[in-house]
Amino acid sequence: MKTLPIVDHPTKAHAFVADNERTHWHDQALWFVRSKRDKQAGSVPEWEYLRSLASQIKTETIAKLGDYLSEFERNATALGATVHWAADAAEHNEIVLKILRDHETLRIVKSKSMLTEECGLNHFLEDNGIEVVDTDLGERIVQLRKETPSHIVLPAIHIRKEEVGETFHEHLGTDEGASDPQYLTEAARGHLRDKFLAGEVGITGVNFAIAETGGFVICTNEGNADLGVSLPRVHIACMGIEKIIPRFEDLAVFIRLLARSATGQPITTYTSHFHGPRDPQSELHIVLVDNGRSQLRNRSEFRDALHCIRCGACMNTCPVYRRSGGHSYSATVPGPIGSVLSPTRDSSSYKSLPYACSLCGSCTDVCPVKIPLHHQLLAWRKELVDQNLLPYSKRISMKGASILFRNPRLFTFAGWVGRKSLKWLPHGMTHNRWNTWTIARELPEPPRESFRHWYAANRKR
Amino acid sequence: MSVALFIPCYLDQFYPDVAIASLELLERLGVDVVYPDGQTCCGQPMANTGCVADCAPVAHRFVELFAAYDTIVCPSGSCTAMVRHHYGDYFADDDPQFNHVKNRTFELCEFLHDELKIQSLDVQFPHKVSIHQSCHGLRELRLGASSENMTPREDKVRNVLNLVHGIQWCTPTRSDECCGFGGTFAVNEADVSAAMGRDRVADHVSSGSEVLVSADMSCLMHLQGIIRRESIPIEVMHVAQVLVGRMPKRVSPSAS
Ligand code: SF4
Repeated sequence: MKTLPIVDHPTKAHAFVADNERTHWHDQALWFVRSKRDKQAGSVPEWEYLRSLASQIKTETIAKLGDYLSEFERNATALGATVHWAADAAEHNEIVLKILRDHETLRIVKSKSMLTEECGLNHFLEDNGIEVVDTDLGERIVQLRKETPSHIVLPAIHIRKEEVGETFHEHLGTDEGASDPQYLTEAARGHLRDKFLAGEVGITGVNFAIAETGGFVICTNEGNADLGVSLPRVHIACMGIEKIIPRFEDLAVFIRLLARSATGQPITTYTSHFHGPRDPQSELHIVLVDNGRSQLRNRSEFRDALHCIRCGACMNTCPVYRRSGGHSYSATVPGPIGSVLSPTRDSSSYKSLPYACSLCGSCTDVCPVKIPLHHQLLAWRKELVDQNLLPYSKRISMKGASILFRNPRLFTFAGWVGRKSLKWLPHGMTHNRWNTWTIARELPEPPRESFRHWYAANRKR
Repeated sequence: MSVALFIPCYLDQFYPDVAIASLELLERLGVDVVYPDGQTCCGQPMANTGCVADCAPVAHRFVELFAAYDTIVCPSGSCTAMVRHHYGDYFADDDPQFNHVKNRTFELCEFLHDELKIQSLDVQFPHKVSIHQSCHGLRELRLGASSENMTPREDKVRNVLNLVHGIQWCTPTRSDECCGFGGTFAVNEADVSAAMGRDRVADHVSSGSEVLVSADMSCLMHLQGIIRRESIPIEVMHVAQVLVGRMPKRVSPSAS
């Protein structure tokens, strides 16, 4: 497997944060979504109960994952679907390509799917001469700009409407300087309508697949998934194996949590159920993809990360994500859950992500399926130290701190030196760009004496 | 009941008045409190960096030193959370010393609220005040209700502060967003950390607050660093200082 370039989150975040205006606007936009989520969550009296229930269902599912997947395969096949299994991204892409080749397809329409993004399907198909059109509006914008999504629910959240206007002017011929969302959306609709009509195969993701029935559900707000699979005769649905849930009745729990957590809506505009191909002339293919999920399942401290229903709430709430932007994570799934998932794939490349977190714990409290995200990030830090991936300078400073804290007299002395040097050294020597703390902050004003000295002088019996 | 005061390392060295205020407060309330000699740090910097081996001896020292007392009180939510929720990594589940220390270590406001159950305080603080909720106090110790979680909870820090006379409350729009300190995070991710801190201060200032009060001095150290760098007209104080009747240095009492 080719190794990825090392992602250094602080460096990547630097450019984003430096643009103060954009950072604030990005932060406000996502905070607005989180506030809507709070209102919705607060309006469901049994919200916390639902979270516990969802978490329990997921724990059960992941424990018996193999059984539920075979049950799903049996039931889906009985409904007339063809089920494929892919061990990794490459196999997934080959399976999709083979189906397209079998139907001599040159054009596909694809609704939002983080899995195909994870597998790099678009590039793969384009390299094989197939035109891919993302039909989710945000994804289409990102696709036209040759970027990647920066958020799993709001793929174009990092782009302003003025910038969308420029992109559409260039690619769709809209008026120059136009930034009215209504006008731009209309233009995108017209453009996509033609693409829908020309699409020969529809590819979609899957939100929930139900073992008991062999059916699956796709949630969208734009109805693009329905349109994308209603016109072509062939529908390919790609899903990670963790998208399975055991029973039809479990679906209600997740549907109630998903849209509320994601965008603060009570429910997505379209919640479409698919049970086999729609008529005898049509085909339905379901590709079940592992791509590292079984590996994650084998690690007890990170297993709960498979509960994730990709609502994006942890991103919206994360104060670091809001200020550093999704691209600073260099991963399909950014934010807190992305920082847990990415290092499981490649700990060396993604070693800075578990540290891109102040451990505030907001993600853990917001997560509808109760993944202990900030504790998993902490667990990752331990693991990185075990794997010798923490930079030497940091290791050494922690070793030094440990020695200091084990020796009260040394600690007292070092504290004295620190306080005195802060007092006596010129400001420029303690506050300069080599001292990261002081780039944006003043150091504390040193007191005359430490508490332990004060106590010895004033309270010793 | 013998009560030991645990004063975290940076309070001891840089904010002794917070420690003195905590001590005076407990003494005034009639608590038999001592400051055990030889204490340093709970080990949080190492633990949060993932350096478990470097943290272990520090955690063991801590437990040995404090196991002799009935109760341990600490004027820091984050260090209390370290002992209560993260020391499990370093001790056997059934270690009696560890379990005693774990179960009997309290954050200061939590101790006043849950253990002493104080009902009144003879203290004035005629100022415009806003609370900075520390993340560890809130989401690890559950000292109050976090805005993400829908479980109703009492706000222990506010309840205790409400016993002080004359406070005029100001409310920032984001009730409990992280200030961006996060220990070594502030150094690792300096840009994001500073941006978070500036936003936090701006939110408190625009609420009309003159004194930003918190139960965690580490958040305040970071926020104060920004306040002083940017000469922002707001002051920070630890909750212990307010509870014992210290006055802000730069702000004059506001007319109520
Ligand atoms: S980790 Fe939780 S909050 Fe984050 S996307 Fe997954 S389900 Fe949503």
